[in-house]
Amino acid sequence: MCGGLSVATGIDVTLVRIGFVLLTLGSGVGVLVYFLAWLFIPLAGETANIFSRAVTDRRGIRLVIAVVPALVLAQVLSSAAGVGFLGSFGWPVLLSAAIALLIRRNAGDEEGRWITEELVPLVHAGDGPHGRWSSVGRIAVGAILGVAGLLVLVLGHPTGAALRLLGGAVLAMAAVIVVFGPWWLSLVRDLMSERQARAVAEERARMAAHVHDSVLQTLALIQRSADDPRQVVRLARSQERELRSWLFEGRPPGADDARTLTEGIGAIQRQVEADHGITVHAVVVGECDLTEGLRALLDATREATVNAAKWSGAAQVSLYAEVDRDAVTLYVRDRGRGFDPGSIPGDRQGIARSIRARVARFGGSVAIRSSPGSGVEVEMSVPRPQSVR
Amino acid sequence: MSDQGRPRVFLVDDHAMFRAGVRAELGEAVDVVGEADEVEAAVELISERLPGVVLLDVHLPGGGGQAVLRGVRPRHPEVHFLALSVSDAPEDVIAVIRAGARGYVTKTISGDELLQAIRRVEAGDAVFSPRLAGFVLDAFAGSAGEATLTAGLDPELDLLSPREREVLRLIARGYTYKEVARELIISVKTVESHVSSVLRKLQLSTRHELTRWATARRLV
Repeated sequence: MCGGLSVATGIDVTLVRIGFVLLTLGSGVGVLVYFLAWLFIPLAGETANIFSRAVTDRRGIRLVIAVVPALVLAQVLSSAAGVGFLGSFGWPVLLSAAIALLIRRNAGDEEGRWITEELVPLVHAGDGPHGRWSSVGRIAVGAILGVAGLLVLVLGHPTGAALRLLGGAVLAMAAVIVVFGPWWLSLVRDLMSERQARAVAEERARMAAHVHDSVLQTLALIQRSADDPRQVVRLARSQERELRSWLFEGRPPGADDARTLTEGIGAIQRQVEADHGITVHAVVVGECDLTEGLRALLDATREATVNAAKWSGAAQVSLYAEVDRDAVTLYVRDRGRGFDPGSIPGDRQGIARSIRARVARFGGSVAIRSSPGSGVEVEMSVPRPQSVR
Repeated sequence: MSDQGRPRVFLVDDHAMFRAGVRAELGEAVDVVGEADEVEAAVELISERLPGVVLLDVHLPGGGGQAVLRGVRPRHPEVHFLALSVSDAPEDVIAVIRAGARGYVTKTISGDELLQAIRRVEAGDAVFSPRLAGFVLDAFAGSAGEATLTAGLDPELDLLSPREREVLRLIARGYTYKEVARELIISVKTVESHVSSVLRKLQLSTRHELTRWATARRLV
């Protein structure tokens, strides 16, 4: 603002600033002039002033009309009570407050951001964490101020006059409340509904973004691969899974950083379904946090599931996980072509060994049951460490 | 009214597309005697047409599948219900079973499996999908040994027998009733009676885990 004034008058910006500080110290008028100038003089580099926007801000004007009477009342009361030294400062400060309100609501984008981010936190600096002690302190200070105010009233006048003064003040306050009370209420309601509407709009935007990123994309992919039923099923399944984990578990899509057994199994299910186009049915009984041993067990499970997807020829694989007091057991089962465990082909032996080795490192065991034509079931188990039981 | 072996089926689902899909998939194997897409119409039409099996969506406008069960079961206990859902929330599924459904399958089930499930429910047996078996094992967690120490548990209703637990565990692993029978060297009939017994416990038990599930419905 000072920049704008110095541009308008040709006086150095520093001099302008010093002038304002002096004016403010001398009497409250300096503050008022500052705010008026802020309202009417465009920002350096801008053409429209804030006033031109403020005249159309009906809600802002209502706000001023509702707040100013309260301030006026305080001013009248204080001068009636003989603390008139506030008077010379009070009126300009009061008008400035009203103007400040309009400025905050109607400032340009950048200026508005500056006000919200730099100035407003200054006002709220004392808010900090709302501990019990801070509210106790606030109440104590309020009580002391109130008592002090009453004392000033009573001591400053003969007893009868003080009572009359008090009665008058109460009446005046009541009158203002009767006249402006409903207005204040509607204002508060307005502000609240405005905030609510904003929250709803934000939620809708978030929802729309999610639907766009995942659901619409998948639908487009499904349309494009309409002649490949397997692909369509795969896409639909993975979308269903993602939506469900978003709706029911509140997990954002794409977050695959599993912390619990259920999340880990869910991640395997999603991954294998997406990569291999088969259906994975998963059932988890019990729940526990993932330990190093359980992560190894999950790695082995992923291996076994991928295996089944690649070799069994079955369209679906069943995963079953059970948390016991002493161990976590996982079953991976398919109804595919199966094999004779006595004559495992070389490549499979490698995989079986990698499954076994992973689990064995944490004291676990692996059993593979299969016969040609009846599918394969891999059972893997890892003991739970004492500390997490 | 219907020819032998063709179950009379009623569909309750608020998605017309899903109803059409089930109709097409089941084809001539069943006799679809009616459809409804909300609770009130479902209760009225089912009471009028008395189908053998109602395929009931768990999530339904106007009170959910439970409301349909509550509306029909007291007057027509002979109508059997099979719950169908895409929902993963155990409390919803358990609530529908406790309201009287004789089984639960997910909507991703294949046509053949669905037909089998319909036949089974029509015959008065229970149908446990792997998922439901998992939910039940979760709800009846704790072995018989330690649970008897807990006060207030009725072993007849509130605990699963070791055999029932074994059967459920195999179902949860993806075994069909026939495969369970072969694995445990018992007859399919015995498997069915174990599962029916579990269903009865599920419906009558007052274990706090079940009640909690039924009442503490998560907001979606």
